[in-house]
Parts: sequence; structure tokens; C-alpha cells
Amino acid sequence: MFISQTDPRPLYLQVKDQIRHRIAVGELKSGEEIPSIRALAASIRVSVITIKRAYLELEHEGVIQTRQGRGSFVSDNVELGDSMKEQELDQHLEAAAHAAAMLNLSEEELAARLLKVSRKVTKRRP
Amino acid sequence: MNTAASTDAFAMQGVRKSFRHFQLEGLNLQLPLGQIMGLVGPNGAGKSTTIRLLMGLIAPEAGSIEVLGHPMQEDAAAAKRDVAFVSDDMSLFSTATLAWHMRFVASIYPDWDEVYARQLLKRFNLRTDQWVGKLSRGEHVKSMLLLALARRPRLLVLDEPTSGLDPVARHELLTELMQIVRDDARSILFSSHNTVDVERISDQIAFIDRGRLVDARDKESFLDRWRRLSIDVPSGVTLPQLSDVVDLSLGERLATLTTDNYLPQLHAQLERTGAQVREVQRMSLEEIFVACVMRSRAGEPS
Repeated sequence: MFISQTDPRPLYLQVKDQIRHRIAVGELKSGEEIPSIRALAASIRVSVITIKRAYLELEHEGVIQTRQGRGSFVSDNVELGDSMKEQELDQHLEAAAHAAAMLNLSEEELAARLLKVSRKVTKRRP
Repeated sequence: MNTAASTDAFAMQGVRKSFRHFQLEGLNLQLPLGQIMGLVGPNGAGKSTTIRLLMGLIAPEAGSIEVLGHPMQEDAAAAKRDVAFVSDDMSLFSTATLAWHMRFVASIYPDWDEVYARQLLKRFNLRTDQWVGKLSRGEHVKSMLLLALARRPRLLVLDEPTSGLDPVARHELLTELMQIVRDDARSILFSSHNTVDVERISDQIAFIDRGRLVDARDKESFLDRWRRLSIDVPSGVTLPQLSDVVDLSLGERLATLTTDNYLPQLHAQLERTGAQVREVQRMSLEEIFVACVMRSRAGEPS
């Protein structure tokens, strides 16, 4: 895991996103134990309170489970990897929608642009 | 002493200390066990005075100070056994080697960890056989840090620990500090000008300016509450009266608003008048610190 100080996202969000990403790509599997809050804080040199917040939110979102005195684990949910990827996609789309609103693009214009980009990508990687 | 009952690494209450040209007033500050506190303030703000009071080096005129459950006025010796303190203006014996200092500190403090001390020598890139007086400033600071860390103190207090360190040594120091709080009974207080370091590793943050505690809270709520908004203000639109506005700069069509209590409702409040929120930015700890100090000074009688 790597934390960047030039990333505009706050530290706790970077931690959350990276754990989600690790689950999405299958590097962390259902039921697998993740580092304790203090161990992760020490290894990436970020305050304990920041990691605590990231873990709490991931717990509320059902991504991880913390068992008192036994540590934190990736939730037991086989679909997790896929749904995680979908959630990640939604986050990107949301960002795109915000940017479009700032440019005063209509929904149709935004959809047309997405289609264009999508076709370009599939052409590149058949 | 009932140290076991105490859940604070230290607690200062209503502390006052005055000097001829400077006064520290009504200081309340505490740090829960297992946490790191960053003390931030301009030069002459009272950071070192706060630390010296806490370490029992000077006595307060009023108020109480407890360190690791021990009242500092009556029981400083008990607290000091488990506290290590490193400050910029301390120095080691210039005509002795680091090896001599290590033996000296080890003979006083039974918790001295020789294995850890050897590891730190390597990580800090220090030699034990040179006279301390011949060391560079950075090496001198690193030597003092080594002597403090290897005692395995329960409370580590560092006054400007990263000033004078090169980027590699700074990195090594922050790594060591984070290793310390893997143990949830050990705590660290450090003062720094470097808000990037403070923002990264602190659990608690305290801002001091002109002898007063301007704000102190946990880092996450500090960073969460502050935002800067860019607002489009069409002609004829007047922004509403809003609470929690720290700063508002108005141009002809654009306004920049800084708030220390950001809530999503703010958007509706602004947009009801016809204004449009164009961008919401989080603020770095440095920006928050400067805004805090400016506001605090604006409220003072000059």
C-alpha cells in the first residue's frame, strides 16, 4: 500500500480505496485477515486515527468485519470482488458526471461522449 | 501511585506561566495513551514553554500537570523514569563519544534496549567512536534521538525533532515514531513547523499562538470540518448571512468562502439566493493552521 501526499484525496480515503482495490483485483480474498490498525499505521507511516476511520467506514459498508480481539477480515461474500469493481466503476462515473455538470453538458452529450470513449478503448483492446 | 488507572499520557489543566514579555494562559491539553500529538505554532508561540512545563523543567504559577498519572509538582521523579525528552537546544558532552553516551544512559535507565540501539545506529547511519563535538548538526540530533528511543519510554516528547534532519533521516525518524505506537500504551508528543509531518502521523493536533491554545482536537475532525468554497455570484445576488464563516473574499462575480464547520446544507443555503457553488476544496493542515491563527489574532485586542 502506498500513500501519496500530493493526492488530493484525504489519507483515510486513500487507505479505503486501496483496500477496496486489493479486494477487487483478488489480492485480498473473502475471509482473509487484514493487518491490525496499528500494524498498518506503522507500515505505511500514517496516524492510527486515520486507519481506524478507514476501517470503521469499510466495516459500515460491509467490506470488512472486525471481530473483537481477533482482528479484521475481508467479509465472507463470494460476489464481493465483482461488486467491488462495480462500486469502483460507479465512483468513476460519478466523478465524470460532476465534471460534465461543471461544463454544462446535457445528459445526452455526456452519454455520447462515454460511448465514444468506450468504443475507442474496445478497439484498442479487442 | 495509581498509574494503571490513568488513561492519559499527560493532562494539563488551567496552566499559567508568565515571563516578562510573554504569557501562557489557561492552557488545557491532554493526550490519551497510545496516541501521537502534534503541537503546531509559529516561533515564540509557546510550544517550547508548554513542553518545558510538561517536563517539569519550569513550574506553573497556576493549574495542574499530570504525566503518566503522576502529578508533576509532587512526583516528577516517578514520571521522568518513563519519559524521554529531546529538544533542539539540548546538547551531549562534546568530548565524549556516542558509545560513551550509550553506556551512560544504559546505566541510568533499566529499560535501555541495547539490541534496538544497535539497529538505530545502522538506520540513522551513525558511528559510535567519534567525539560528539565533531558531529554535524544532523548527526547530533540523530544521536540524541537514538539515546531517547532506545530507552523505550512510555512517553516520548520531541521539540522540533525533524528540524536539521535531511529527508532520509526524517523518513527514518517518522518510521521509528510509528513503530513506537504499535504498542497502544506508548505515546508521543512532538512540536513541529513541518505541518506535512504533523498531518501525516498525528492522532491529535494542537495549535498554539501567542501563548494561547487556538484549537485542539483529533486530526480527522480537524481536516473534516474545514473547507474552501468557490462560489459564482451572478449580478444582483447577495450572499446570505452564514454562520461558521472564517473568511469571505468577495470579487465582482466570484466569492471564496472558508468555513470551519462544513455541512452539506451550506450548498442549499447559498443556492437559494441564486449563487452557485462551483467547487468545494479540502484544506491542508497548513492552510487550516494559518486561517486559525489569523482568525485568533483578528479577535485579539491589539
